[in-house]
Amino acid sequence: MEVVTASPEETERLAARLAALLEPGDVVSVSGELGAGKTTFVRGAARALGVSGPVSSPTFTIGHRYEAPTPVAHLDLYRVQGIDPEEWGDLEPYFDDAVAFVEWPEHGGDWLPAARAVVTLGHVDETHRIVRIDSDLGL
Amino acid sequence: MILGIETSCDETAAAVVTRDGEIVSNVVASQAELHARFGGVVPEVASRRHLELIAPVIEEALDGHEVDTVAVTSRPGLIGALLVGVSAAKALAWARRLPLVPVDHLHGHVASLYLKPLDRQPPFTCLLASGGHTMLLDVQERGGYRVLGTTLDDAAGEAFDKGARLLGLGYPGGREIDLLARQGDPTAYDFPVARVPGLDFSFSGLKTALLYTVRDLPPDELAARRADLAASYQRAIVRALVERVEATGAARVAVVGGVAANSELRASLPDAALAPLALCTDNAAMIASAARYAEHVPYPDYLSLDARPSA
Repeated sequence: MEVVTASPEETERLAARLAALLEPGDVVSVSGELGAGKTTFVRGAARALGVSGPVSSPTFTIGHRYEAPTPVAHLDLYRVQGIDPEEWGDLEPYFDDAVAFVEWPEHGGDWLPAARAVVTLGHVDETHRIVRIDSDLGL
Repeated sequence: MILGIETSCDETAAAVVTRDGEIVSNVVASQAELHARFGGVVPEVASRRHLELIAPVIEEALDGHEVDTVAVTSRPGLIGALLVGVSAAKALAWARRLPLVPVDHLHGHVASLYLKPLDRQPPFTCLLASGGHTMLLDVQERGGYRVLGTTLDDAAGEAFDKGARLLGLGYPGGREIDLLARQGDPTAYDFPVARVPGLDFSFSGLKTALLYTVRDLPPDELAARRADLAASYQRAIVRALVERVEATGAARVAVVGGVAANSELRASLPDAALAPLALCTDNAAMIASAARYAEHVPYPDYLSLDARPSA
């Protein structure tokens, strides 16, 4: 599906619709350039999965994990360049029993688990974003 | 004396601090040089680098000093990176039959203010601004803090780094913007200061505003306006931070974290207590300092201690 959203709130609501279809163990890749709304999208999905506190950017720490009713992992590979098996071992605990969202998945190379849904966000103008979701989840 | 160990993000650090807050040694092996070469991108996840550096860094910090307690950052941070420090701390404490103190990295930043000669006494309101965190804290006693507000999206330091990237500047972005901003006009562009309720912060809209401004400029004009853009962007970040601090009405203010190095922020909060620059960025002296006011786990009860990615 491909939708144009008119506000961060609309992007969050769209993400919540996707989240309703996800199960622990699922991985969602979230791509798009700086400011495209990746963290906004993940926030909307995390809220729908029961995360109540702030869902902020994990760029510096690389990973955040939220122990909600459905645990949520939020990874950001922006600062990572290519992953080898050893480094993958560092990230693997984030995926355990969680719905995992991965920003900048292209930096993860072949090591990321196959994505259940592939989300791509793009700029239309300052408020509008084009959101594409590829999955077999019937969205 | 307390040995502190810190490996939660990019820095591998160890330090020895006395019970009354004198720094005996403070060793930081920074990966900033490595990052600069790759434009702020970590060529590998940090924990392997931590693993290579942890033993020599601890050895250099200890340098024959007798410590009676080991303190280590146990949360929050990248799990693999935290585990390198936690495992080293456990092994060292266990071998010497010493107590271990697990420390919250954010409490560590605040406790940088309790080191001598600053030795700041609560109560105060603390702005903690770094690459990974931006928070406003109410500090009533040295053993802890209460969170008044936090960033809802990007951290202030991250806003500096991503802004620097959009402007085609080097890494670390905060320093690059700070230097360039001195040659620019901070009123040239009116970047928005996010209006979010309460004492929380938001910087992602600002980043997007810069992106659109940069995108709309012809390349030759971008080069000519870069200093103005840096100055205006920095002004917006600093204004957002200062407005929140002022909204607390606090008479006593302190600033910690890497963004405390920013010259405009320092000038905008002239009465704030500031730790020396070397203690603003991640270090282990602050972790040992926090351990002076945190719960000790006696030998050998800490062997099952785990690292936690979240606070």
